Amino acid sequence: MSTLYALLFMAASITLVVGVGMKIRQYYKTPAPLKIPTTPAPTTQAGVVMRMFREVVFFESLFKSTKWTWIFSWMFHMGLALVLLRHLRYFIDPVWAPIQWIQPFGKYAAFAMVIGLLGLLARRIFVDRVRYISAPSDYLMLLLLIFIGFSGLMMTFVVHTDIVAVKYFFNNLWTFGWGPLPMDFPLLVHITLVIVLLAIFPFSKLLHVPGVFFSPSRNQVDNPREQRHIVPWAEALEKKD
Amino acid sequence: MAKADFEVPELKKHVEVPAIKEGAMAHLKPFVVKNPDHNTDLGFPGELVDDWHDKALEKLGDLCSRYRSLQVYLDACVKCGSCTDKCHYFLGTADPKNMPVGRQDLLRKVYRRYFTLAGKYFPKLVGAEDLTRETLDEWYSYYHQCSQCRRCSVFCPYGIDTAEISMAAREILDSIGYGQKYCNEIIAKVHKVGNNLGLPGPAIEDTLLGLEEDVWDEDEVWVKYPLDVEGADILLVTPSADFFAEPHVDGLIGYGKVFHEAGVSWTLSTTASEAGNFGMFIGSYENMRRVSMRIRKAALELKVKRIVFGECGHAWRIAYSFLNTLAGPFDFLDPNYPVPQHICEFTWGQIQDGKLELDKSENDEITPTFHDSCNVARASRMGDKPGGQFEIPRNVIKAVCNNYVDMHHDTIGEQTFCCGGGGGLLTDDLMEIRVKGALPRMNALKQVVEDQGVTHVAAICAICKSQFTKVLPYYGFEMDQILSVHQLVSNAIVLNRKTGKPEWLEEDEDEDE
Ligand code: HEM
Ligand code: HEM
Ligand code: SF4
Ligand code: SF4
Repeated sequence: MSTLYALLFMAASITLVVGVGMKIRQYYKTPAPLKIPTTPAPTTQAGVVMRMFREVVFFESLFKSTKWTWIFSWMFHMGLALVLLRHLRYFIDPVWAPIQWIQPFGKYAAFAMVIGLLGLLARRIFVDRVRYISAPSDYLMLLLLIFIGFSGLMMTFVVHTDIVAVKYFFNNLWTFGWGPLPMDFPLLVHITLVIVLLAIFPFSKLLHVPGVFFSPSRNQVDNPREQRHIVPWAEALEKKD
Repeated sequence: MAKADFEVPELKKHVEVPAIKEGAMAHLKPFVVKNPDHNTDLGFPGELVDDWHDKALEKLGDLCSRYRSLQVYLDACVKCGSCTDKCHYFLGTADPKNMPVGRQDLLRKVYRRYFTLAGKYFPKLVGAEDLTRETLDEWYSYYHQCSQCRRCSVFCPYGIDTAEISMAAREILDSIGYGQKYCNEIIAKVHKVGNNLGLPGPAIEDTLLGLEEDVWDEDEVWVKYPLDVEGADILLVTPSADFFAEPHVDGLIGYGKVFHEAGVSWTLSTTASEAGNFGMFIGSYENMRRVSMRIRKAALELKVKRIVFGECGHAWRIAYSFLNTLAGPFDFLDPNYPVPQHICEFTWGQIQDGKLELDKSENDEITPTFHDSCNVARASRMGDKPGGQFEIPRNVIKAVCNNYVDMHHDTIGEQTFCCGGGGGLLTDDLMEIRVKGALPRMNALKQVVEDQGVTHVAAICAICKSQFTKVLPYYGFEMDQILSVHQLVSNAIVLNRKTGKPEWLEEDEDEDE
């Protein structure tokens, strides 16, 4: 059983890394022939970095738009970020000091994450416009994350699992030296769902994670008059005449 | 009030988000190209090809590989709903396919079906669908109910710009011979004659002489409106509506007066007698480039040093953001000036330098507000700071009139609402969507008209001006409540450089005697 989990987990991880890597490569290689930043836009590269930072950390555009979605979404994502940082302790040894400091907060961040997700789910169900644009996968994605969060919370606050064994399992995974995974129900649910999440990442809307960094309307510098912007396929047209 | 064979939405003082009404606008489609030449002149098949299914998918794949925007936008949407209440066409029609993400999904569901793993194997799960004749017609219908105004992209957390998707969809439709009559006919005209209206050189010359006469009659100053003058400093490229339509032409009169007082030599060009470039609306880089090249050629032939653009929204987007790419580099022009410049940048520069004497009281009967045109607001800039596109036109207006009022801040600046007629929709066969889409703008206007005594709305876009002229009456306003910004300048400017009577005018009058 532990072996099965180990192999599935490895397969899912590889899918994630290779899949997302290929997507990033595709985005990187696809040219953006025209300057299309949504203006007002920064006029320098440093300005673009700041814009992207505000977008990724504060969800600036979403904030401008709807406060409810923003609140839930931000709770979810910030909770998620803390939870994932806290999880690093299963994978690194010794655990870095900053990761140790956030341990107590990380524990409660999980609540923010799950509440945020429930809020987003409620919005998807009750707002007619959002319901209209939702496919089954949109609900399932939220449910998947809610169950991951919920099973995690169970372990943290209700039925503890053998963290040392878990850590041993994951630390020795890639050298094929994994020990037994504790056969606790919440842990198995947790890990099964995480495997699913990793595996579907490159094929789902989770592509918004690499996507946000490649969006021309957000990552371009507003300087078309100062600097000529031209991509190879467009230049080829010039050679023709 | 204008009569309509559809229901004109009720005007309120603020924007209300309607409950969705599926299929509310499914009946509306613009005319399809009838004359095959209007397709073939643009490099598209004359009529719908038999193997449109495969050709359309092939084109979609091709565009995804050439436009990062399209590729990323089709993948990245998380269906968060942030954009759903941001489109004026949704607010005016309640049709969920006019929500930006609803509009994108028409293309995205096909993209997912044929280009993604999830869509290939689990179409139902991820909302992927086959490309059918119905889908194609739906594309035609709803991608021509988008004015490519980019308002949605402001609010999308990934900047997903539905305009990019609409452009791609229209290019796919064109590539299989299913193009829109209005846009393609106009582009064919530009390619042939040099402007969207098909005005030949002599007609333009006639108009310009008429303007000189009008200004003489009013101010006793000979302000020149030169055409094809080699060696002039400035080439002015302006939308062809400026040559004859109201209130556009009053703007053109204003540009001439500013140049006159600034003491610079300038000229218009017959071959580049159009700032507009509908190649953008149909998403065709090739056509957009071909149309832009006329401007480069005219600048070279007339040996000018600078290029200035008149009041036109999408034209300014192309001029500011794309011209250097499409028709550059402009290293043969004077490097001391940005290429190109907007007429508002020019006028504001002159005002700051104290070159213009302005009598604001001439505009005292007018309390104007300013309508930010989408393409200027969200796809370009003026001046050297972000947001100059909002400040400079307002600065100009405030310099020439005493009573300026802004509309509600959620409806101007980067959040401005489209006039409803942009993006190749300015045609009578789309009147229903134009009127309904104008609702949010009209709401905001009503608020300042009633609460702050606004009498007029000024704009710097030929499409906005034409659209307002048509649509204002549907909502109980007067059609002449729309003004050109340079019309206000024209009213206030004091012509101090006295020039004698035009020779040709004297001759004319001699003959009359
Ligand atoms: C660079 C990092 C990330 C950024 C900037 C980001 C940003 C966003 C934003 C702005 C939204 C839209 C608002 C919403 O509906 O919640 C969103 C939605 C979403 N994000 Fe992220 N995200 C990031 C990473 C992640 C990761 C790592 C995951 C999952 C493991 C994730 C899962 C989701 C999901 C499932 C939604 C849809 C929520 C819904 O259905 O309403 N995101 N993200
Ligand atoms: C290899 C992957 C993962 C492993 C081995 C793992 C394991 C664990 C374990 C053992 C706990 C219990 C912690 C304790 O008792 O203190 C936990 C908690 C939790 N996990 Fe995971 N997890 C993984 C991935 C994830 C992912 C991807 C998410 C989110 C999408 C997640 C969300 C949570 C949450 C919200 C908690 C509860 C709060 C906390 O203790 O941090 N886990 N996880
Ligand atoms: S670009 Fe403008 S018209 Fe088109 S979907 Fe977005 S908001 Fe609507
Ligand atoms: S705001 Fe952007 S991500 Fe959200 S639904 Fe609209 S297009 Fe999709």
